[in-house]
Amino acid sequence: MPLGNDVVKTKLLEQFGEVLTEWEEQYGMISFTAPRELNLKVLNFLYDSSELSFKFLTDLTGVHYPDRKGEELCVVYHLHNLVENARIRFKVYAPVETPDIYTASGLFSGANWMERETYDFYGINFVGHPNLKRVLNVDEMDYFPMRKEFPLEDQTRVDKDDEMFGR
Amino acid sequence: MSDHINIKLPEGSIEKQTTTLNLGPTHPATHGVFQNILELDGERIIKTESTVGYIHRAFEKIAERRPLYQITTLTDRLNYCSSPINNMGWHLTCEKLLGVKTPKRVDYLRVIIMELARISDHLICNSIVGVDTGAYTGFLYVMQYRELIYEIYEEVCGSRLTTNMGRIGGFERNFSDTAFIRLEKFLAEYPKVQQELEDLFARNRIFVERTKGTGAISAERALNYSFTGPNLRAAGVDYDVRVHSPYSSYEDFDFIIPVGTSGDNYDRFMVRNSEIWESLSIIRQAYQKVQNFKGAEADIFHADAPEYYLPEKGDVYTKMEALIWHFKIVMGETEIPSGEVYMSVEGGNGELGFYLISDGGRSPYRLHFRRPCFIYYQAYEEIVRGSMLSDAIITLSSMNLIAGEMDA
Amino acid sequence: MARPVRFNILQKSTQDWGINQVDMPEGHTGEGFFATSLDKVVGLARKNSLWPLPFATSCCGIEFMATMGSHYDLARFGAERVGFSPRQCDLLMVMGTIAKKMGPVVKQVYLQMAEPRWVMAVGACASSGGIFDTYSVLQGIDQVVPVDVYVPGCPPRPEAILDGFMKIQDLVHNESLRRRNGPKYKALLESYGIQ
Repeated sequence: MPLGNDVVKTKLLEQFGEVLTEWEEQYGMISFTAPRELNLKVLNFLYDSSELSFKFLTDLTGVHYPDRKGEELCVVYHLHNLVENARIRFKVYAPVETPDIYTASGLFSGANWMERETYDFYGINFVGHPNLKRVLNVDEMDYFPMRKEFPLEDQTRVDKDDEMFGR
Repeated sequence: MSDHINIKLPEGSIEKQTTTLNLGPTHPATHGVFQNILELDGERIIKTESTVGYIHRAFEKIAERRPLYQITTLTDRLNYCSSPINNMGWHLTCEKLLGVKTPKRVDYLRVIIMELARISDHLICNSIVGVDTGAYTGFLYVMQYRELIYEIYEEVCGSRLTTNMGRIGGFERNFSDTAFIRLEKFLAEYPKVQQELEDLFARNRIFVERTKGTGAISAERALNYSFTGPNLRAAGVDYDVRVHSPYSSYEDFDFIIPVGTSGDNYDRFMVRNSEIWESLSIIRQAYQKVQNFKGAEADIFHADAPEYYLPEKGDVYTKMEALIWHFKIVMGETEIPSGEVYMSVEGGNGELGFYLISDGGRSPYRLHFRRPCFIYYQAYEEIVRGSMLSDAIITLSSMNLIAGEMDA
Repeated sequence: MARPVRFNILQKSTQDWGINQVDMPEGHTGEGFFATSLDKVVGLARKNSLWPLPFATSCCGIEFMATMGSHYDLARFGAERVGFSPRQCDLLMVMGTIAKKMGPVVKQVYLQMAEPRWVMAVGACASSGGIFDTYSVLQGIDQVVPVDVYVPGCPPRPEAILDGFMKIQDLVHNESLRRRNGPKYKALLESYGIQ
């Protein structure tokens, strides 16, 4: 019996009520937002509920929205119910001054490196993570490169000839 | 005796019973860059600490600065052993975002190419597992037949390894007769080679003793670690994106999902082996279906989407609309809807996902690659704990370490 | 029109087997002796038995595997035995993108090699950073080690890698025995911070 998006939405609204906002259904995938304190509660509910049973964490990543003041950093969870073949997208937002979000690595072991990657790129501090260090960049890096204010190229290069690069 | 007073040992060295060994980041048999610092008690591994990122190339940051069609070259370099699958996956993501529907012939041609890429990826992985157990011959033998696959790629897109194949909406040119001749040659010559390889390894006493029982992971732990692909199927879970969320007309094909039982190295090898057989069968079915298109239908190689697919150069120089479309596409004036899309394809290593957030501009606002290799190597520490050093090496290569996909 | 067959024509006599034989260096021959200069003989011996160290990090590594395969055999050039221990190899072939995290590792491997050693940068990423002009990629390995031959391409075809290898062979053949002790070479290593 396919698990429809409306069933998922009803069950979640029953459990959590109006704190879940920004319900969207884009290209067949339902997505919603929860306040960041509730992220573990929502993940646990989605995992333990027998009708919903989203036991597979497909992806965990971050996004930086500099225009959403007070909620610039976003963590996006993609969950998958392998039995019913249903997917869901779940977002939490955090301000850039105190980007603390509870870690999902207690529930999903696969979230370990995915959270380290998100910390490496955006600086989101996952509270309770066993080993929150940089995973892809060099350990000495002192900024979070995927944030929109940082450039792509290495600014310390001296050998780039401006004429050749069209500047 | 007085010399010994000058030697200063690190703290706790006398009491320490274990040896620290650095494995990597460079490996013999050119696996890819992955460093493990092992604590060994004799030959047994007590603990490992993995370090990745030695080939971090910041794809996601680069993708924020490139228009959609230029990101195909980046996706090539993710899982470079099977780059057409990454290319097609990216094109499918863009088509999902833009609402472009590809005709059946394009889908079937894509299936042929993706399955060839899958064969090519599994061949590298299996032959490198063979090299690690000491069997170099399989690797050399297989390389000869991968050249046949490379020749097919060359005829279709011009390049051997980093193919940058196809466009949003289809292919850049129709498959020529030479491509089909080369495909037929591959389909005729390859199956007996695959049978020989299977015979060399599958019941070989040395290979079986090295790989059976080592590097095992249970299905529950594999699911908790978000494993996908042959590693998950070897553990017993039959999850394959081609079957569960079919894309590019995979639902028209008849194939099974081979599944192992114990998730150890031998099961991974045999699952990949069986998948090669299934891929050969899929390619034959797809080729049959492609040959059934006759006449004008046999000339279709792209979708009818002038807003996103570059027009023929001849038309650009002669017709007004083609010129305008060409200008709009290249200069980035096309209408790209804003929204978020997540699309996944079955790559050589598992579910390769593309999470694309578009803000209506020419380049994505955020593009994230869900890279299966990165995700399942987290479990390496748990898998290898308690096993011997030689088993750790076999496990490393049998989980198909492709550093480009791991670090991206 | 078919081209006339040039190679592998079965001939009657052994002189026409079509096997490339290495030319003898110039020197004086006599009854039972051949006198030439040491440079030439050593160069000849070294160039036909280079032991490469494939430092393969990414896509170019797969093209290297194809070069080692039987279709584009690298073993014909004497590089049959690829070693993975720098202490035993002459030629460091860096294939693939070198990130800033990996730079110290390349340097460490280079330092562990014994003289005479040569370095070949295979691929666009090793030569100059390639398509990855980003904060995390080293823009060419010549930022950390001195390079002898650059092979462009993304990835270079196996024929191109073989061409690069043949250029290394030319360098090896013509290198003077005193080069590594000379002031120019020492200055080159100094500029990289290598003693």
